[in-house]
Amino acid sequence: MINYVYQLVSPHVFSLDYQDVDFTSEVMVRPRYMAVCHADQRYYQGQRDASILRKKLPMALIHECCGEVLRDCTGTFQRGQKVVLIPNVPGEDDGMIYENYARGSRFLSSGSDGFMREFVNLSPDRIVPYEGVPEPVAAITEFVSVGVHAASRLELLAHSRRESIGIWGDGSLAYVVACVVRRMFPQARITVIGKNPRKLACFTFVHQTCMADMLPPGFSVDHAFECAGGEGSYYAIDDIITYIRPQGTVMLMGVSENKVAIRTRDVLEKGLTLVGSSRSGRQDFEKAVSLMENREFQNRLQYIIYEDWPVRCMKDIQRVFETDLSTPFKTTFRWDM
Amino acid sequence: MIFGAILAGGIGSRMNIADMPKQFLQLGDKPIIVHTLEKFLLCSRFERIYVGVHPSWLLHMQDLLEKYVPDQKERVTIVPGGSDRNSTIMNIADQIESDFGEDDSHIIVTHDSVRPFVTLRIIEENIDAALACGAVDTVVEATDTIVVSEDGKVITEIPNRRKMFQGQTPQSFRLKLLKSLYHDLSEEEKEILTDACKICVVRNQPVKLVRGEVSNLKITTISDYKIAQAMIGGNAVD
Repeated sequence: MINYVYQLVSPHVFSLDYQDVDFTSEVMVRPRYMAVCHADQRYYQGQRDASILRKKLPMALIHECCGEVLRDCTGTFQRGQKVVLIPNVPGEDDGMIYENYARGSRFLSSGSDGFMREFVNLSPDRIVPYEGVPEPVAAITEFVSVGVHAASRLELLAHSRRESIGIWGDGSLAYVVACVVRRMFPQARITVIGKNPRKLACFTFVHQTCMADMLPPGFSVDHAFECAGGEGSYYAIDDIITYIRPQGTVMLMGVSENKVAIRTRDVLEKGLTLVGSSRSGRQDFEKAVSLMENREFQNRLQYIIYEDWPVRCMKDIQRVFETDLSTPFKTTFRWDM
Repeated sequence: MIFGAILAGGIGSRMNIADMPKQFLQLGDKPIIVHTLEKFLLCSRFERIYVGVHPSWLLHMQDLLEKYVPDQKERVTIVPGGSDRNSTIMNIADQIESDFGEDDSHIIVTHDSVRPFVTLRIIEENIDAALACGAVDTVVEATDTIVVSEDGKVITEIPNRRKMFQGQTPQSFRLKLLKSLYHDLSEEEKEILTDACKICVVRNQPVKLVRGEVSNLKITTISDYKIAQAMIGGNAVD
C-alpha cells in the first residue's frame, strides 16, 4: 500500500515521497495531532550544521504525535483505539542501558522519517494506548515523557534529601519538568529560575519563581534541572554550580549546539553529580500517560499549548512551523493529510 | 452504513501490455488494485468493500484476496462488473442491498481501481461530504488551460481556468439517491451519461466537491504506469 510521506528536503522546503508499505506488517496508526519540537524547528530553519543537514535530509519531521489505530496485525490494539507513538526505536538491549541510550537505537525525525506521514507503521511495543486525554494535549506526550525520564533518573540517582529542587529555564521543557516534579516529588519546594517574567508568571503551581539575576540571598537547592539549552546552557549550569548544595545532582536537559565551559573545580569541591538526560523510553511514556490522565495535570499542560489551524495541504506544514516561531511554548495541530 | 465500491470492470484495452487489465499489473511488489484495496481496508468506517470485476477476472481477483489480504477478505465482496461503469456500480448497489437490506442512510464511495495513490484524507472527506450532501466528486484545480471546440478544428471558447477542475475519484453518493436517479434515465441517456456525478448534475442534484491530490493519478496509459512506478521507486514491468 502506498503511503504519503511529507519530507523536509532543505530548510523551509517540503516535498512528498511515496513509500510502498507492507500491509501485513505491525500496527498501522493514523496520526491525528502533532506538536512541534525545537529539534524539528532547527531542521526547518536550517540551524543544524550543513553536514548534518546533508546527511539527514530528506526526512519527515515531528516526533510528538498521537493517533488512532487503523489496523493491527499483532492483535494488541483495537481498531480506532487512541494511542501515542514512541519515536525511539531501540537498538541493543543488554538489560543494563536505557533504550534511549542503547547502541544502535534510532530516533524517528532524526535520521529516520518522523510522523509527518499519511499513516505510520510501528511495532506494538512502540505504541502506548491512552484514554480521557484531549488530543491536542495527548500530542505532547513524548515531551512529557522526556520530563518523566529525567525526574525518574533523579529519583534513582540523587541522595535522599529532596527538600528543594531548582529548575533553570522558563520555556516549555522547564514547564513540563516542573509539572512532573510537582507530582513525583510532592514534598519538595520547587523554584523555577528564568529570564522572562511573562513566561515565569505561567508557573503558578510552583513554590517560587525567580529572575536569574535576582536570586534571593542565601538561596540554595538540593538538586537541579537544567532546562535552558542553547546559549542559555552556560549561564544556567554556572548558576546551578553556584547555588546547589554539596553532593547535589544536576540533570542536564537542554540541547546546546556549542561546547559549554563548566567550572569543574567547584563541581569537584562540592562533589556534584552531573547527569545527561535525553529523550525517553516506553516506561516513561506509560508513566507520562498515567500522569496525563489526571484532569488537573491535563489542564495545567493546556496553558502552554497553542493549537494552530489543522494541516490540510503542504502549505499548511510551512504555516505551522512559522506559527511556532511566534508562540511562547508548544504548538500543536490537527493532522488532516 | 458506509460501503466502498472499487471499480475494476475494465479489460485494459488502452495499455497493450499482454492481455492483462491494467488494474492487475504489478506496482512495486503487488498489483495496482491491491494497493487501492488496502487503502480502503485501512478506513474503519467501511462496513464492507465491494470490488466490481469483469466476469472473466473474478477468479483472479479472488486469488489476489487470498494471497494479499487473507485476514481481511471477509470485509471484501467481489461482484461481477456490468457493461459499463454505471452498470457495475448498480450491480454493486444490488449486492449491498441483498447483503444489508435497503436503507436510506447507506453511503457508497466509488473509486477507480487504477487510482492507488488515493489518500485516507480524500476517502474520509468523501464520506463526511456524502453524509452531509448526498453526492460528492473529488477534483483538483485545472492547471492547463481548457479549450472548448465544437468541431475540433477551431476554438469555440476558452473558459476561465479558475472555474475549471479536473475530476478524479472517489465519487460518493447516498445509495438510494444514486439508484433513483439512474433508474430514472432513459436507455439513451444511460449510454451518454457514463459518469455517475453527471447523472446528478443533469437531474439538478447538487454535487459537493472534495479536494483531491494531483498525485491521485489514474493509471490508464503506459506512461501513467511508468510515472506511478517511478513515484514509488519501482521498475515498470512491460
